[in-house]
Order: sequence, then structure tokens, then C-alpha cells
Amino acid sequence: MAEERRPKQCTVVLPTESMKAMAESIGVGQLQEESCAALSEEVSYRIKEIAQDALKFMHHGKRCKLTTSDIDHALKLKNVEPLYGFQSQEFIPFRFASGGGRELHFYEEKEVDLSDIINTPLPRVPLDVSLKAHWLSIEGVQPAIPENPPPAPKEQQKTESTEPLKAVKPGQEEEGSIQKGQGATSAEAKGKKDGLMRMKPRSTHELSVEQQLYYKEITEACVGSCEAKRAEALQSIATDPGLYQMLPRFSTFISEGVRVNVVQNNLALLIYLMRMVKALMDNPTLYLEKYLHELIPAVVTCIVSKQLCLRPDVDNHWALRDFAARLMAQSCKTFSTTTNNIQSRITKTFTKVYNKCWLDDKTQWTTRYGCIAGLSELGPDVIKTLILPRLTVEGARIKAVSDGPVVSNIDKIGADHVQSLLLKHCASVIAKARPLPDNVEQYRADYGYLGPMLCSHVVKARAQAALQAQQVNRTTLTITQPRPTLTVPSSLTLMSTRPGTPTQLSPPATKYIVMATSSGSSSTQQVLWMASICKISRTLKLSSSAVANSAVDMMKLALMRTATGKGDPELPLLQRISSLELPASEIAAQINA
Amino acid sequence: MAAVQDGQLNLEVEKDIKTEITNDGSGNINANSSSPGSTSSGGKSKSPAGSGEDQQTLLAVLQFLKRNKLTESVDILRREAGLSADADDSPVSESAGAGSGGVPSVGADGGDANSLLSRVSIATPVAPPATAPPKVVAASGGEDQPDVNVVLSAYSQQGDPVLYPLYYNGLKKFIESVLDCHRAELSQVFYPLFVHMYLELVYNNHENEAKQFFEKFSGDQECYYEEDLRILSSMSKKEHMKGNETMLDFRTSKFVLRISRDSYQVSCLGKPEMSRSLWQLTITYRMLSYQLLKRHLQERQNNQIWNIIQEHLYIDIFDGMPRSKSQIDAMSGSLAGEGKRDANKAKVFYGLLKEPEIEVPLDDEDEEAENEEGKPKKKKPKKDSMGSKSKKQDPNAPQQTRIPLPELKDSDKLDKIMNMKEATKKIRLGPDNLPSICFYSFLNAYQGLTAVDFTDDSSLIAGGFADSTVRVWSVTPKKLRRVKSAADLSNIDKESDDVLERIMDEKTASESKILYGHSGPVYGISFSPDRNYLLSSSEDGTVRLWSLQTFTCLVGYKGHNYPVWDTQFSPYGYYFISGGHDRVARLWATDHYQPLRMFAGHLADITCTLFHPNSNYVATGSADRTIRLWDVLTGNCVRILTGHKGPIHSLAFSPNGKFMASGATDGRVLLWDVGHGLMVGELKGHTDTIYALKFSRDGEILASGSMDNTVKLWDTLKAFDDVELDDFTAATGHIHLPENSQELLLGTYMTKSTPVIHLHFTRRNLLLAAGAYNP
Repeated sequence: MAEERRPKQCTVVLPTESMKAMAESIGVGQLQEESCAALSEEVSYRIKEIAQDALKFMHHGKRCKLTTSDIDHALKLKNVEPLYGFQSQEFIPFRFASGGGRELHFYEEKEVDLSDIINTPLPRVPLDVSLKAHWLSIEGVQPAIPENPPPAPKEQQKTESTEPLKAVKPGQEEEGSIQKGQGATSAEAKGKKDGLMRMKPRSTHELSVEQQLYYKEITEACVGSCEAKRAEALQSIATDPGLYQMLPRFSTFISEGVRVNVVQNNLALLIYLMRMVKALMDNPTLYLEKYLHELIPAVVTCIVSKQLCLRPDVDNHWALRDFAARLMAQSCKTFSTTTNNIQSRITKTFTKVYNKCWLDDKTQWTTRYGCIAGLSELGPDVIKTLILPRLTVEGARIKAVSDGPVVSNIDKIGADHVQSLLLKHCASVIAKARPLPDNVEQYRADYGYLGPMLCSHVVKARAQAALQAQQVNRTTLTITQPRPTLTVPSSLTLMSTRPGTPTQLSPPATKYIVMATSSGSSSTQQVLWMASICKISRTLKLSSSAVANSAVDMMKLALMRTATGKGDPELPLLQRISSLELPASEIAAQINA
Repeated sequence: MAAVQDGQLNLEVEKDIKTEITNDGSGNINANSSSPGSTSSGGKSKSPAGSGEDQQTLLAVLQFLKRNKLTESVDILRREAGLSADADDSPVSESAGAGSGGVPSVGADGGDANSLLSRVSIATPVAPPATAPPKVVAASGGEDQPDVNVVLSAYSQQGDPVLYPLYYNGLKKFIESVLDCHRAELSQVFYPLFVHMYLELVYNNHENEAKQFFEKFSGDQECYYEEDLRILSSMSKKEHMKGNETMLDFRTSKFVLRISRDSYQVSCLGKPEMSRSLWQLTITYRMLSYQLLKRHLQERQNNQIWNIIQEHLYIDIFDGMPRSKSQIDAMSGSLAGEGKRDANKAKVFYGLLKEPEIEVPLDDEDEEAENEEGKPKKKKPKKDSMGSKSKKQDPNAPQQTRIPLPELKDSDKLDKIMNMKEATKKIRLGPDNLPSICFYSFLNAYQGLTAVDFTDDSSLIAGGFADSTVRVWSVTPKKLRRVKSAADLSNIDKESDDVLERIMDEKTASESKILYGHSGPVYGISFSPDRNYLLSSSEDGTVRLWSLQTFTCLVGYKGHNYPVWDTQFSPYGYYFISGGHDRVARLWATDHYQPLRMFAGHLADITCTLFHPNSNYVATGSADRTIRLWDVLTGNCVRILTGHKGPIHSLAFSPNGKFMASGATDGRVLLWDVGHGLMVGELKGHTDTIYALKFSRDGEILASGSMDNTVKLWDTLKAFDDVELDDFTAATGHIHLPENSQELLLGTYMTKSTPVIHLHFTRRNLLLAAGAYNP
């Protein structure tokens, strides 16, 4: 391994041309080739020497990245004056240029207008160094809090789902597989010994009691009536690092929920479920690819379904379709690969439906709207190839509805929405694709009924684009800030100025009390606590029925204690949580059985 | 010149040599050395023996040459001598250094041709037979005689550069052909030989040959020498050698190898350069390895290698079984080979000092602090532990007054009492009872956090930053306050009970304070045990002492002219140690502006420093991949511990002072028995530099923190139990390390993106970790 690299290290030297260029830059012309070669070797050696010293400073600076200051310090060791002007950490000011048979790297120094600098607003002051404490481990178990990395990193989830067959050495087999030494399987055993066996790893699909409680709370909050609680629950879904075990439940919950509620035309619930999908997609720690087969149909249903609400004329189901279409586009962007081809498959699905409504006048406007929305969210290319050619037909149909004498109110509204949707999406695409001038007649000829309206939209779009371009030009004068821009991770924004020690540990039994009280004070905290307690209890092996029972008992007891101790305000809480008692004991019963 | 000289000198003996050596007429310098007997007989009578001193030797040689009318050689010699006088790495002084050093007596004989000749006969009895069997001495003595040329130009002169690969290959073949049990031991010779042969080539301006030699054989070297090889590879010209530190290390220090007597004899047999009497003995070897080579070639080759071995290698011979490959690998890796065995023989008093007896006012304290429960129970164990501790004097402990320690102040006593009280509430850790870890992340540090320290009572955190600042935080609700100014202080009623409270300036209360004063990144930081002072060491070459009462700098200790990588207070305060790029560790006392002791010996930067819990010893880890233990009283180096394959960045002593742990850039933690100077464990698991190590308060668990963003916990009780030390291993230091890292690993805790650069166990055994969040 190292052998391949070493010869290179031995030979890498600066090109002699660089020596010539440098000599010329300080006024020494016609440097001899030999001197160049000698110089370049000497210079390369010195550079390597300095780099080696600079590495020392990097190591002692406890970094993995060499900075310019390390080089400065290394130069200082050798009694060489450091180089000035390279202080910034990210910015490398060299530009490359070639021409006249020569290639150069040069230091670009622009002239800067001082008045510009004076007039630009001051950059934000960088935040001061601060300390923040969190529990990395509690009695040997790492709590699943946002400050800690997710228990199962995304890569692991991915390998688990993409390579379910693990190489297992014979002899390492878990119990339950074929016993070795049995006469009947001797041939098999031989085969096994030859190579590694590929076996599916055992994975647990049971959720601990606490996880089940969490799941129940979250799903209830997500589809419940209290908007504040829902926001918190969605926030938890979007940020909590320990959800991967509950992911199959969530995806089933969503797909089943959509199936039921589409039939019942329950618009509100569908919206809530779509928001859950969004939250799941926002969670960076989840490997969602495994469950797309459940989620995508649900989302597509919400886009193209004929009817999503009880009163289509009043309810704004269009917003749901738009939202779901955006979700679809987002998932296409993030999950589409060459193997699963999500993007093209989705496009095909929409086109198929769309073709059907193109041919068939009787198709609902709602479905049509959904198709167009879904397609147009997929990008300008899709619009150009699939929607623009059909504008004429679509226009005629809209015209028929709006001009026609007897139409139901629902159709009219649908036609209006489709029209505005088409105008919105197509205008920007046409503005880019179509050359000037924008002639109304030409537009009418090309796009039929929608032509004139499109024309005015396109003109507007062009004006706006021009305005934006201008603004961009004006803002290019901003100067580079020497300090790197501040990056505060979203999870760490809640830092306290004073580094307090986190809450003291308490023995296991009292942990539940802590959880209960905190759940009373704030439900986000409760969620966090629940999640972390899930982890703790899992490793404490609370899964066996007896322990599970006692855990439930303990919880109840704890709740009682807090409730009675704190008096009335806690009572509703007690009632609420004690309603969880039933499922918990059910679970225990199930485990027993 | 050599040819002329040799030709004449050899005339007399040519007859008997010719029988054996066919090709000697080539007149190569080395032909000279191959005919030792002849020269000796010729030279003996002519020149009276010179003294050992170089100058005299030189004169004698000149005289001798003149007498033989070799004017040409005289001129050359003069010129060479004149040249060599000023350059310190020049041939003559080099060889002289090698000659006068305490090398096997043979090397010393290299001094001068004339005296040599006369001395040959004496050499055998005089030479200390302690290290080498008599045979060897005789052999090498004989071999050395004619090497006038070698004396004159150490590295240079060594003949045809084209032959180097052949020499090396020959040795390689030979070593590959020996018995398995010797092979591992003998192959230790490869690396130093390779390095010196390469340097010789470079020194003699055979640039291309050097490059080829390097490319051909660098791949054979053990992978842990890669760093050094990289440095070596960049050095391709003679001019580069001047001032290169690695180069100097190789030339000034001897590479230490440990070889069992058996193997050594085999290797000696393998050297036919020895005197005629040994000639027959070597036949077998020759049959094995050099069937295809001509005889004179063999001889020249072996001379070459033998010279290098004598000049630059120190071979530490022991009796007993040759070691296995894994045993050797465990111990090798440092810049200068292994530590000599006798380097680790000195007695180290690793025991703890007796704690002063302090009467703990148990009852009222308990009532204040604790509730009614458990009070009667707690008193008893406390008394017991107190009693047992104070009665027994550890036989391994140094005398209480071996080094003067500061007297305890009242506040120290109070702190001790607090400490004991906390200790009773300490959680007993073990594999089933892991500590909780509280992580302190430094946010918005812009990669600038370079050092962290906690006070022993975990009330303060200090951070050193690349922007030259030192910041101190309070992690308790008690805020940091400054003492009032002198004018205000004079107004205070000094008799009042709360005078200590009154002297503090409430207006300055804040959670953190910034200390300005350094002019470079702060690389080391350490609190004094009484929490009144803070030390910081920096790139600017100073160590500064800060007062945590006034939050100002009190002293700047100047002495290191180069970056100071680490500094550490003694566990008893007052003394502190610092070490840095200048390779010297200095021991200071806070009230002296000059160091009390300077510990020199490391061959590269001192990267970390640590006091032994009894304050009588100091451990330093270095970029030369060794750890040294120094006696504070005498200033001697009492232990050299080798085995790391990268610069050492963290050290930790177990609380009982018996064991030490060290972590390096190679991602391994090594465990050491301080008393025996032995490696007793190797903990593999980290993938990057280990910057933090700490034993729990009872020593059952070792926590390690690394650049790879993890904290790992190790079961040290088991690690130390698994190692059985019998007399033999203790005597020879060859230990079989059990491969049980995975069993010893108790837990791994990933941070999100925070390298762990400091660890600390609170008095109750809660683990605190610190690092800068690095998005």
C-alpha cells in the first residue's frame, strides 16, 4: 500500500518553469536550465520541510485541517518572516491563467473602492465562544437527544435495507438455524463450511413500551385537534434522531390513514397526514427509501384523487393538491436514483392519468388539476415537453366550461383553478424558452384560448426577471468577509449562556417521575424525555413482560405521586396519561401470550 | 589515493591473501580492509602508538604516510582534515564521535591506523566482553585495523554506490535464509541499515543511486516507519542534511536493537569480515546466502554493513529465547529503536506519598450535608479508610521528604476534607457500572480550541485558544469574581469574619473571564491544585502563570525559545513541568524564574508532559515516539518506553501510581507498568489521534478521547489482571501481550461532530469530556 505512494513522495518537485516565472517576476531574466533545476529541487525540499513542521502545529491545534496560520508558525520556527495576507481560513486567492504556452497561478488583487466598503452594512458580529453541556452517556447508555448522533446512522440503516444478507461464518450461526452435526444435513454443512453463509440478520420489530407510548402520543397529536400540539409533534418527527425503529409504523399509519380518509373525504386529516410525510422527509437521520412504496401512493392519491373533501365547491382542497405535489417533487429530487427511477415513473403515472383526461372530457377537473400540478412541480423540462403541447386543447376545454351556458358551479371553479395553475407554471417556462417579441396574436395562434392571458403573464414574468437580474448586478459589489459566516446548527441554537451541569442523575425508579413532571410542564420536553427513556429502557431490557408490567405500574405510581403532590393543575395530565394505561397493559398481555 | 596506498602496504602479505582472494588487485579501498593481517605487521614497527585523541591520531597518520613517501595521500588527508574541522557533521568528527563513544570497544579502535596496529593484540583482552562474545570482539578488532580510510571519512568513501543494493539484498537473503526463530530478531537490522545506507549514498552525492535504493527497498520497511521514510525521501541532497533534525537524530544517536545472544551469534557468524581464524566458521553461512557472489564482493559488502552496525547501531544482547515477530513489533517503532534494557533498571518509587492526617469534623459536617438517613452508616467506613491509609507506608513509595513539597495551608486542608467527603459519595465503577459522561461542547470556537483543563473539584473549566486567549468558565452557580483593587482593599475591616468574601469585587462577577497575554496559540493549560493559579503554554515560547484571584498574569517563564507544547502542575502544586519543540522538558517552581531541572534526551519535540501522582517523577511523551520518565530529584531519565508508532499526545497515571497509559497519533493506547518499565497492554479501537486519557478515581476504568469524535471506556482492572509478570519477563522485558482489546472495551460513545480533547473524572466518578463543536 505505502509502497505505491513512496516513490512519488521521493520525486515530486516543482516544475522548473515556475522557477523561471518567479525569477522573471523579480527581474532576473534568462535563468539557466540547470540553475532552475537546482533551485526547484532546493525549493521543493524546503517547502516539504515547512509542511512537515506545519503539520506539528496542526496536530497540537487539535485539528484535521492544515491552516495558513500553521504554515506561518512553521516559518517562524525557521526564523522566516511569515507570509501576510493569507489569514482567512477558507479563501484561497489564487487564480489560474494560461496563454502563450505558459500556465500560471497568480494572486488576484482587485482594486476595491473604499466608499463601497464604507457604505456596506457591517457584517454580523460573530458569536462569542460559549460552553454547552449535555449527557453523552447516562450510566453507560447514550441518550437519544439531538446533541448526540442518531443511534443508528443513516448509512447503517441503508446497508441494513439494501444488503439484508449478512455474511455469517458457519459456527457463528445463531440458534434456531440448522444444528450442525446432524447426519441428514452433513452435505449441507459441508457446503456451508466452504464459504461464508449469507443470512438475514435478526432484527427486532417490537417496540418497547415507551416507544409505543411515544408513537401513540405523536400520532394522536398529529391528527388531533390541538394545533400547538401538532406543531410540536411534527417538530419532534422532523428532528428526533431515534425514530428509525418506528418508521415502519409511521409509514403504515400514513398510508392507511390516507386510504381511509380519502374515502371519507376528510380533507383536514389528509392535510395532517401530508404534513407528517413532510416532517419525516425533513428528518435527516431517517433512511426513508425503504418505505417509499407506502408513502408515494399516499401522496399521489392526495394529488389526483377525484374528491378529497365533502364540499368541493367550498373547501380548499387545491392547496392540499399543491402541497402534495410539492412533496412529490421533493421526494423525486431526493430519492430518485438510476435504479429506482422514481422521477420517470412518477412522470409516467401522471402522464397516463393526464392522457386519459385529455381524451376524456368527462374526467373531473380535480384530477386534471392534480395531474398538471404534479407534473409542473417536476420542473420546467417536464412542463415544456408534456404540458405546453396540450395548452390548446386544455384552453378549449376551459373555454367550453366558462362560456358554456349550463355548468355546475363545481366545474367552473375547477376550470378556473386549472387555468390559473397553467398560467402560473407555463408563463415562466415560456418566458425562458420563447424569443421576443411577445405578440398576442402569435400567442393565440400557438396556444389557443389561453394565448392572450399567457402573453400578458409572460410579459410580466420577463419584467420581473429583468428586475431581479438588475438587483443581482447591483449586489455583486459585496466584499468577501474575512471571517467565515456563522453556522449555528439548528439543534444547538438553544444554548445556554451559562454552562450549567445538566440535571443530576437519579436512580432508575425516579426517572419516571422526572419524565412525568416534565411532561406536565411542556409536551416537547415530554417527547424528548420519552424518546430518551425509550432508549434507556430498551437497553435495560424492559421488553420482557414482567418488567414491562412493572414499568407501567411504576409509571402510574409516579404519575399519581406527582399529581397528588402537585395538586389540582396536574390532574388533567394524570387523566390524560392514565388513559395510556390500557394499551400498555394490553401490550403486556400480548407479550405474556 | 587509496589504491596507491593500499598497493604498497599490501605488498608483503599479498602472497597469503592471493590464495583466498582472487580479485584483490582491483585496488579498491575495501580491498585494504580485507587484508588486515598484512597492514598490522607493516605498521606496527614504524609508528609509535598515538593517543586516543583525534588530533594526535591525525598527526601520526600524516607522519606515517610521509615516511612512506605517499605525498599525494598526505595532501588529500590534509585537505580533508582542514575541511572537516569546521563542519560538525563532517566525516572526521563524526567518526571520532563514534570512536570515542561507549560503543563496543571495537569501534574505539577505529581511531588510528598506527596505534590500531599495535593495539590489535591488546584489543581482545581489553575489550569489555560484557556485550559481545569474545569471538566477535576478536573478529571486529581484526576487521577494523586497516580502516584508515574509514577513520578519515566515516560516511564517505564507501566504494561503489551501485553495489549498495547488492549489499542490502545480500543481507536480506541471508536473513531470510536463517532459522525462523532468528529471523524476526535479525530483521530488526533492516531499517537502521537501510536508513544509514541511504544517508551514506546521499552524503556522497550519489543522488540517483540513493533514489533508486530508496525506491527499491523502502517498501520492505515496517509500515510504522512510514513517517520517517517520508522525511528521509525528501532529503535527496547533501546540502539538505545540514540542519535537518531527523538526520541529526540518526547520526548522533545510536539505534538500539535488542537481540538474543543466539541470534547475535548467528549474525556474527554471518560476517566473514572477521579475522582469518573465523573464516572457516562462516563457510556454512556463505553456502547459504552467497553462492552466486564472488568472494571479494562478499567481503566488501559485509564490511560495509558491519561498519554501519558498529558506528550507528547499539546492539543490546540478552540471554534467552529470541523474541517473536509480534513481541518485537510491540516494542519497536520509535525514532531510535528500543530503549536499552539497562535504561529501565533504575528503581522507581511509584508508590503514593502518605496523606497528611487531617481530623475531619465528621459529625457536624455530616449533619449539614446529609439528611438523617444513612448517617450512622457513613461514619464507619470513612474512619476505616482513613486509618488504613495513614498507617501503612507503601514500601514502593518515595520518602516523604525526597523532594521538598509545599506545606499545606488551611485552605488546602479544607479542600482535602471536601475531597474526602466527596469521595465517600463516589460511585464504584466497573464493567457493570459505567460512568455517566457529561460532555462540554465549546460552541462557536471556529476550530480554535487547542487545550482544555478542569479543576480537580470540577468547578472551573479553562480553555486555551488559537487566538492566544485563555478563557476560564465557572460551571457551578458560583460566579468568577476579581479581588478588589488595592485602594478598595485598604478600606475593608480585616477583623471581620467574612473578610474573604469582602475582598471580592461583586461588580466583576461573571460566568467566564478572558486572560490576554500570549502572542501565539495556547497549546497547554493546567490548573493548580488549589485553584488559585492557572498555567498556560504557548507557541510564543513562554509559559505564563495566571492568578485566578485577580485574573491577571503573574509571571511569564521564558526558557523555551520555541513553541511550548504542554505544561502541567504538580499534584502538590508549586512545581510544574513544561516541554516543547526544543526537545527539553523543564521543571520549574512557581517562585523561580529559571528552571530547576532540565530533562534532555528526547530526539524530537516533547508533545505532552505529566507529573506522577507522588510528584517525584515526571513523564514526557515525545514525537520521537518514546515516553521517558524522569526523576525530579536527580534529573535522570529512569525509564524509556518504546512501542508507539506515532507521536504521543496523551499520558495518564493510574491513581495508585503503578501504571501509566499513553495515547498517540496511531490511535492506540498502551498501558505500562511503571515499576518494571514494561508494556502491559495495548488497547486498539480508536481510528485517530488520542488527545485525552484519564483513569477513574479508583483506577478501574480508563477513558480515552480521540480526534475520531469518540470517548471509549476500557476495563483496566482486567487489563492489568490479565498480565502475569514472572521473573523472566520482568527481567528481560519481553512480554506477550494478550490480544484482548475488544474484551476490554466497555463502551464507545460518539459525539455528533466534536473531537474529544480533554477528559476528567469528578470526585464522584462522573466523567466530564470537552471539545469544540466542529460543524
